[in-house]
Amino acid sequence: MSLYELTAHELHDKLKAREITAVKLAESVYERIEEVEPQVKGYLTLTKEIALEQAGAADAGFQNGNEMPPLAGIPIAIKDVICTKGVRTTCASKILSNFVPPYDATVMTKLHQQGVVMIGKTNMDEFAMGSSTENSAYQLTHNPWDLETIPGGSSGGSAAVVSADTAICSLGSDTGGSIRQPAALCGVVGMKPTYGRVSRYGLVAFASSLDQIGPFTKDVTDCALILNAICGKDEMDSTSVDIPVPDFTQSLINDVKGLKIGVPKEYFAEGLDTEVADCVHAAIAEFEKLGASVEEISLPHTDYAIATYYIIAPAEASANLARYDGVRYGYRTEEPEDLINMYKKTRSEGFGQEVKRRIMLGTFALSAGYQDAYYRKAQKARTLIKSDFDAAFEKVDVIATPTSPTPAFKIGERTADPLQMYLCDVMTTPASHSGLPGISVPCGLVKSGLPVGLQLLTAPFDEETLLRVAYTFEQNTDHHLQKPAI
Amino acid sequence: MATITTEGVSHVANLARLEFNEEETKDFTEQLARILDYIGKLNELDTDDVSPTSHIHPLHNITKADVVKTSLPRDAVLSNAPEPEEGYFSVPRVIDTE
Repeated sequence: MSLYELTAHELHDKLKAREITAVKLAESVYERIEEVEPQVKGYLTLTKEIALEQAGAADAGFQNGNEMPPLAGIPIAIKDVICTKGVRTTCASKILSNFVPPYDATVMTKLHQQGVVMIGKTNMDEFAMGSSTENSAYQLTHNPWDLETIPGGSSGGSAAVVSADTAICSLGSDTGGSIRQPAALCGVVGMKPTYGRVSRYGLVAFASSLDQIGPFTKDVTDCALILNAICGKDEMDSTSVDIPVPDFTQSLINDVKGLKIGVPKEYFAEGLDTEVADCVHAAIAEFEKLGASVEEISLPHTDYAIATYYIIAPAEASANLARYDGVRYGYRTEEPEDLINMYKKTRSEGFGQEVKRRIMLGTFALSAGYQDAYYRKAQKARTLIKSDFDAAFEKVDVIATPTSPTPAFKIGERTADPLQMYLCDVMTTPASHSGLPGISVPCGLVKSGLPVGLQLLTAPFDEETLLRVAYTFEQNTDHHLQKPAI
Repeated sequence: MATITTEGVSHVANLARLEFNEEETKDFTEQLARILDYIGKLNELDTDDVSPTSHIHPLHNITKADVVKTSLPRDAVLSNAPEPEEGYFSVPRVIDTE
């Protein structure tokens, strides 16, 4: 088995035993990149020089016999929406094509303290707006399971590189499902922590009340290791929450006896692919076999989550993206007539169609005369969606659903109709509105060979139960060991 | 809820500091109208007695002690500026001198 195929915790054992070096490991990953990246196209920027330097530093630590952190020397890919000091960060937008952050996001500072090896920056939908990574201004990323299909989005690059073994793990960001959905479609583990668990400082803002950073990994153990590294209150993000961060590896318990799992009937309605439904039902049956109790529940406002999301997220985005005006960073138009013309031309030339569409939608929803009918209404609907979950978690410990209503679809299949694309997020946005932690784990393949994801949700800040349930599933099944043929 | 016209789209575009040609305006009008029509389903909900959620945690204003800390150096801040000038960001002239 090649090194690039292993998990972070397996590699840590080998590094610690000095069976391998971090430099050899990084080189193994770059060899794999040379082999399959031309087909997958998951990376926007490769940072080999930096990676080899970081690997060398990790090796020095291991050679000196130091107690090294679990992620020391581990190759990781970073979604190009997270600021990396000195390394171009584009958000897959033309408007930031030349942006080199003068500082690191807090998650990067924390990962560097662990001694990770940064392999590169991954492709995404422009400013994290999309469900297929087709909105990147630079390139299409291809799903390693079927190169003619999309990898999901918006963190499609981060999901695809873990699936294709061109990174051991990666970071993405999830606003309405942008970690969980691509994880499901690429057959890897993807987790959105509770809103407020991870600092957003240095995460380029899309919708500030929803955005959260989280990991893509090959198994649940690696997911816990990354959470241990990145969670915690940060002075630089006043919405990060000051509550103790447990050692998440303590939650890797192979036992769900006595836990109550709720299955919301609204998630198994029209529009759900029957093969996806079969895989998820089989997963739920597995939990029952393992001693959990399963009951049907109702989350009656599920059907309003997309409509609510496509007001709240664009409204926040329209404010957040006002900063791209050609003055302080990024692209500026040539030869503007005056200041206002400079703003308009810069933004119209620099943003792609979907970003413009959302800025327009958000500006409209916040404009005089419409704010109460749209934005205020959506905020109230958000309360109702959140109340559904509050009531459900009075009765059950975990909620199990499909992550995505369908497996990966063909490139180009949904680009003509923005609304069809928005409906991809139907299973993930409700939890986003409520700030819940959610994980997608592989739970089988459909006949065409594409992977299916099982979404698990718990109450806010109960990542421990979430990891325990996901880990138990993984320990008793082999879906996470399936690899694409690429 | 309202529908949106091409005039409405032009008005919103101006607010958002975007500009579109005629064809784009027409496309955006059609797409936004369709999305807003879908969003109209929120009207099915009775929200008269529901309070809005702007944020999921009960956060209120968070203030910091007024202590001077080190900021990024000026050069680092200006390093990404499209047209920095003498240690400042520059913009097209906004004050008419005539």
